[in-house]
Amino acid sequence: MIDTAFYMQEVLPALNKGLLISLALIVPAGIIGFVCGVALGVIRVFGGALPRKLGDWYTSLIRGVPLAVQLMMVYYALPHCGIYFDPYGAALLSFILCSAAYHSEYIRGALLSISQGQVRAAQALGMTMAQTVLWIIVPQAARRALPGCGNEIIYLIKYSSLAYLVTCMELMGEGKVLASDTFRYMEVFLAVGAYYLAMVTVATWILRWLEQHYAIPGFGSR
Amino acid sequence: MMQNTENVLRIHEISKNLGGKAILKSCSLDVARGELKVLIGPSGAGKSTLLQCINCLIQPDSGEIWLNGQQLRRHDKKELCAFRTQVGMIFQDFNLFDHLTAEANVAVALRKVKGMNRHDALQRAREELGRVGLARRAALYPAQLSGGQKQRVAIARALAMDPTVILLDEPTSALDPELVGEVLAVIRDLARGGMTMVMATHQMDFARALATEILFMEQGVIIERGTPDALLAAGAGTRTQAFFTRLQDMGDESAS
Repeated sequence: MIDTAFYMQEVLPALNKGLLISLALIVPAGIIGFVCGVALGVIRVFGGALPRKLGDWYTSLIRGVPLAVQLMMVYYALPHCGIYFDPYGAALLSFILCSAAYHSEYIRGALLSISQGQVRAAQALGMTMAQTVLWIIVPQAARRALPGCGNEIIYLIKYSSLAYLVTCMELMGEGKVLASDTFRYMEVFLAVGAYYLAMVTVATWILRWLEQHYAIPGFGSR
Repeated sequence: MMQNTENVLRIHEISKNLGGKAILKSCSLDVARGELKVLIGPSGAGKSTLLQCINCLIQPDSGEIWLNGQQLRRHDKKELCAFRTQVGMIFQDFNLFDHLTAEANVAVALRKVKGMNRHDALQRAREELGRVGLARRAALYPAQLSGGQKQRVAIARALAMDPTVILLDEPTSALDPELVGEVLAVIRDLARGGMTMVMATHQMDFARALATEILFMEQGVIIERGTPDALLAAGAGTRTQAFFTRLQDMGDESAS
């Protein structure tokens, strides 16, 4: 029934190679995207009028255009402006830009949920606005946003498969090449699907651990 | 004009308008070292606004604020931050930092504003918590504390900054009646220890026992001021006394 030899000799080696590239996209994009998302969210809530507007425009633009189109722009359009990326760099940059925009939306909501009273208390202790945001508001907002941001990381794992559109040979790309070479689409993509499912499962565990590790009594999860 | 060196805090003709309505009209107030000034008055009189104008959490429209003979340039952000470290504030709804333990709530400003290292700041925080009777609760988060305990943490947080003056904005109004006593006891100890304080409250017995001066506010104006004995004497015929009597009647009614 199952062609073990085909899986062992062809599918697994190819997909494992792709998996490494996928992870090399997902892990930095997830971390840097989150950090940039926090920064963008802070700007969109506490920034001056102009930075705030620019942040809103950026978010509207990124959220309003399909990621596939953004990838094409970074890889094929930016060279016209003299900016060149290899496929991996183009995919990584697109994913960071995209997830930062989505993260910022979760963060923005969380920032707004922190009580003004705590801001006044921090100011009354002599903290500057920057210190208040950094030490009082962001640590709380990040915790509140964690479930939403975790969701975004799960999406990222799956939309990383779009990287093959700019010839970055990650999991999806390797699968597609192997499938067209061998013409065994079903077997190959069943395996590809299983790989993504495994990544998402592990990510879910990590996110749950993070939530528990940073849990504080009276703060969300209990 | 020469400043009386005894006057720690001097508020001169503070006014504030919000939405075209005058909330504070030329309020002045001199506080000498070790005094406890108590602001009394009906809700909406402007007590809270006046307190928040003193440390510019609400920027007054006009008026002068002096601390230790130095006039505050209240639009100079750096000077304002330095001023605020010397003027502690206690809020009605505690405003503890929800993500920090009791000791970290006290220590955070010591570290970030006063630049103390983590170890010294935490040690100081524990000392202050001990002073308000919460040494054993130092590692708990705000959600694990009762209202009275939260307010005592807030007092410890303000004390740790070694303030010259403490402003208290109805510190017991959000508390269940049985928890009011423990907070008032801490404030009483501070008053007896010579801490300079300005406090808005509805606790008339407390005011009568401890205030050096009572200021009665209505519609943004301080309309009466004097010692508790003078304002609350039998037959004094003051607004303060009428207000006091009304509060007491209400207390009696709800008790019966």
